[in-house]
Amino acid sequence: MSAAPVIEMAHISKAFPGVKALSDVSFACHAGEVHALVGENGAGKSTLIKILSGVYVPDAGNILLNGQPVAVKHPVESLRAGISVIYQEFSLLPERTVAQNIFLGRETLRNGMLDMAAMRAETRRVLDLFGAGARVSPDAFVSDLDVATQQMVEIAKAISLDARVVVMDEPTAALNEAECEVLFQTIDKLRERGTAVIYITHRMREVARLADRVTVLKDGEVAARFDMPPVPEAVVHAMVGRDIADFYAPSATEAEIGNVVLAVQNAGNAVLRNISLELRAGEIIGFAGIQGAGRVALAMAIFGQMPFTSGSVTLNGANANFSHPRDAIRGGIGLLPGDRKAEGLVLMQSVRDNGMLTSRAFGNLAASHKSNTHVNLSSMDGLLDRMQVKAASYEQDIKFLSGGNQQKAIVARWIALKPKVLIFIEPTRGIDVNAKAGIYHLMRELARQGTAIMMISSDLPEVIGAADRILVMRSGSIVAEFANGAAETDIMLAATGETEVAA
Amino acid sequence: MTDNTLPQADRQKRQLPQVNPVYFVLAALIVAIILQNPAFVEPTGYMNFLKRAAPLAILAAGQVYVIVSGGFDLSVGSVITLVVVGSSMLLNNDPNATWWVIAVMFGIGIGVGLINGLVVCYLKVPSLIATLGMMITLNGVAFMWSGGAPRGYLADSFRFFGRYNFTDLPVIRILPVAVIVLLVLGYALYWLMHRTNLGRMIHAIGDNPRAANLAGVPINRVRIIAFIVSSLSAVAAGIMLGGFAGVSTDVGIGYELQAITAAVLGGALLLGGRGSVPATIAGALTLSAIFTLLNFLGLPQPVRQIVQGLILIAAVAIAVQRRKHTGR
Amino acid sequence: MSDIANPPRFTFRFERWAPALLLGFALLAYVGIAVGTGQTQYLTFDNLISILGRSIALGITAVGQTFAILVSSIDLSVASLISATAVLASVVMNGNPAMIAPAVGAVLALGLVVGLINGVLIARLEINPLIATLGMSLIIQGCLSAFVSNFVGQVPVEFQVFAYGTMGSVPFSLVFLLALAAAAWFVLRFMRFGSDIYSVGGNKDAARVAGIKTSRVIIGAHVVCSLCASIAGLYLASRLRSGAPWIGSDGVYDLESIAVVVIGGTVLAGGRGGIWGTMAGVMIFSLIDSIFNLAGVDAFAKQVLRGIIIVAAVAFYTVRSKRLAA
Repeated sequence: MSAAPVIEMAHISKAFPGVKALSDVSFACHAGEVHALVGENGAGKSTLIKILSGVYVPDAGNILLNGQPVAVKHPVESLRAGISVIYQEFSLLPERTVAQNIFLGRETLRNGMLDMAAMRAETRRVLDLFGAGARVSPDAFVSDLDVATQQMVEIAKAISLDARVVVMDEPTAALNEAECEVLFQTIDKLRERGTAVIYITHRMREVARLADRVTVLKDGEVAARFDMPPVPEAVVHAMVGRDIADFYAPSATEAEIGNVVLAVQNAGNAVLRNISLELRAGEIIGFAGIQGAGRVALAMAIFGQMPFTSGSVTLNGANANFSHPRDAIRGGIGLLPGDRKAEGLVLMQSVRDNGMLTSRAFGNLAASHKSNTHVNLSSMDGLLDRMQVKAASYEQDIKFLSGGNQQKAIVARWIALKPKVLIFIEPTRGIDVNAKAGIYHLMRELARQGTAIMMISSDLPEVIGAADRILVMRSGSIVAEFANGAAETDIMLAATGETEVAA
Repeated sequence: MTDNTLPQADRQKRQLPQVNPVYFVLAALIVAIILQNPAFVEPTGYMNFLKRAAPLAILAAGQVYVIVSGGFDLSVGSVITLVVVGSSMLLNNDPNATWWVIAVMFGIGIGVGLINGLVVCYLKVPSLIATLGMMITLNGVAFMWSGGAPRGYLADSFRFFGRYNFTDLPVIRILPVAVIVLLVLGYALYWLMHRTNLGRMIHAIGDNPRAANLAGVPINRVRIIAFIVSSLSAVAAGIMLGGFAGVSTDVGIGYELQAITAAVLGGALLLGGRGSVPATIAGALTLSAIFTLLNFLGLPQPVRQIVQGLILIAAVAIAVQRRKHTGR
Repeated sequence: MSDIANPPRFTFRFERWAPALLLGFALLAYVGIAVGTGQTQYLTFDNLISILGRSIALGITAVGQTFAILVSSIDLSVASLISATAVLASVVMNGNPAMIAPAVGAVLALGLVVGLINGVLIARLEINPLIATLGMSLIIQGCLSAFVSNFVGQVPVEFQVFAYGTMGSVPFSLVFLLALAAAAWFVLRFMRFGSDIYSVGGNKDAARVAGIKTSRVIIGAHVVCSLCASIAGLYLASRLRSGAPWIGSDGVYDLESIAVVVIGGTVLAGGRGGIWGTMAGVMIFSLIDSIFNLAGVDAFAKQVLRGIIIVAAVAFYTVRSKRLAA
């Protein structure tokens, strides 16, 4: 380990309008080493990686490859330098075959024609390298593969590129336990081959299993660095490093929890099976599980977007199996989508327009946009003021606001309607750490006013910290229930299916 | 909580309202026209200009509803043709029929917009294809209705809206009915787009239909209404054009593109989310002013087409560059 | 590993079979109506050839349009370009066989220039392809109308071979169309350019990150599209023996070429589809035309039905999608 690191990022700083994403972060990875980069959501991990892959240009600092400074200003330059990044959202073309994807942009030619046989053979060779040959055919269409297999294709692509540095951004988010093990073995093979692997995660189990070294990021700075395989507790401490009690709002007291508002009985649809749950007024229920476990499908079913096809749903005792979001909203259910930009915001409209969207949608079409039965311009302004939405003006386009302020404007959209049930999906995704606490306290305040809250989050510490009760989902069913303050490992085990805790 | 005071302080000094550049362009063009033809400052000069521009202005103000909602309506030209041809067939030289014929035409407009909207919303056909198909179909219907050779002419009572002028008025001396129609319909379309829940929801579905749907916006209903508004404005434009154009099966040709060009000149964003009725009307007047100038310069008709093509491309190109630089 | 092995999923890919299915329906309807109306004399191989022969211009244009749509663009200027190239060919040849080669050269050069401009407007200036090509269409049509208002020039007999010559009982033009389609298929299937077209059309950002020069691919696709339209113009000049400024718009080649591409299973969003589907789409359209003729539908009613059929055919593909159309 005395040789110069394959890749080194020195004194990197990067700011976005309104957010200081990284300040003076240094990071290095040697050949044949797995270096884990850990931190909570919003700690700056993704920004650091995007700088490494040429998506962002840093404000300060430089990147050294084998000790030589390199300018990486475009993803292509990063690829040429031998850096291969596997993002959470894959960059595969679904309508092309595995071989075509692996050779995307660098197809083998013979006599000016595509050499399909050679590409197929090389694809098979690379897949065989980590024992995926039996699982994936080079001629399979990517859209026909499941997520774990698609990820293998991404890794095969990196190997076939002969990447010296492979970066994986939370690769296990969508994998079950067995698939994770396959991935870990693949990473072991990469390490043996002398590849430098940068592994991003916030799961301690994976750090313990894989990492040779660990760097902890917190709030855009390096909080700790461990050059030996560290003790998980030390990493967690460095990662969180603040008084949890203050960060999350206090849990509900016995007296604050009221009657059952929403009850689901033996309900299911194409994705969900045998769902039964009760949601009480004043309570925040957290939903944990791996990606694709059916948590979002459950939210969309209750919200009428992908309705239940069997079972019963009642809201304050009345039938509430809604078949359209409009019906659900009329019944008193609200939902904050997980992908704010794609599903939540109307980006080119003003903060006010975003806040009033739903209340207007239930007003008379030809009536003035300035007021309706739920809210008017000045009461919306008051609501936004109370939530301390920071904007130059509420007439400003919402796209200029930071993630946290955008989220608050969507919350205002629902508060105006005084819903009985409010569903938050990934409420703090892409929001910086300081604004997160604001969202947690807002959720608690709503609960205190009697709203029943469903919170779906992939950030396990967040679920544990913010919820009064935790339901764990796997393969479309609810498999376990935990009281607040449960241990992270127990929840993970239930989510990945190693043990089943009786609900 | 130090930032508590920030929003209040900031809201005092609101951003200066940005004036849409189309108004400056229009003003410059009017100055150019006046330099070419000083008689333009006389009421007969500018009133006649407005009268000629009125059908396009109304058509474009309707088109902008569909554009802001995220689509295109290429069927409006054929609606104009159908209105002119169909009215002449139905009127059959009987002035007493005017009112019910006009009512029938607006009924047809509602039908056309409804079908466009239903095809886009429920059959999920992109509006480009759906309305182009409607265009071909309606042109065929106009041919069928008139047997290929439209006959007769429109009664004067029908041509009243496009052609008649009130004269001997104080100050302005002359006031064409077309200008009154433009003011009334223009204001109505402005009010519906910028002062109602409907207008805000049209913006929302054009901006992000998925988000609008999850926020409870009845997206299909709103989109269908946008198509109906566009078709109705085409009927109005057709009735006015019938006032000064002859009856033929090609009166409406090219109007759909002129309407889109006007909307783009007015700063409407293709694919939805942003657009303004007054600025679109200004865009239509700008386009008409350019055509007027070309006439003064003695340039032949086909040059209009070339210029319109160049304007269309240039306007979108400038908008794209501006957006890139300002992030708007 | 067996417990997690991925069983091959038998997903029935509807889109891949739909063009063949539609073609089968159209053929059945044609045969049914021919038999039903007692016009069985039309059920011969020669008649089938003559049905196809009526759609040569549409077929050539559609081959090019397939490239534009695959790369997630669209070209609405093909109809004007067809008129312009037909007129250009006819004027340059002006009855003189010696001028055939210069005329063909001039026509292809015009197609190249138009395709380059379209491509640059769309790829580099990022103008919405619909607007860029509509604007281009206005400009071409305006230029054309400024100079000609009726049939001009004359195509020499030697060049009329393109439209009227036969190889045995098969028209030369049909062979040409099939050869063109085969060449296009080869490019899309076996050449780097073809592979890049699918990649850029499928996911432009992923293609760019992988180092593909996306602008060049888009420009290339538009050049192919415009060149094909130019060739269609040459064919129509040869067939009509002269060029006129309305032959492109009269044939509605812009919308019809898009329609046959979509009916052939190429998705408007790009990245999926192919040439043989487009050819199936062209055959479907020819058959529909022939069905109208057999059934004695009059010209105006034909136009009405044609508009409805185009929308219905597109709806056939889109109606099952969960996405929200705009």
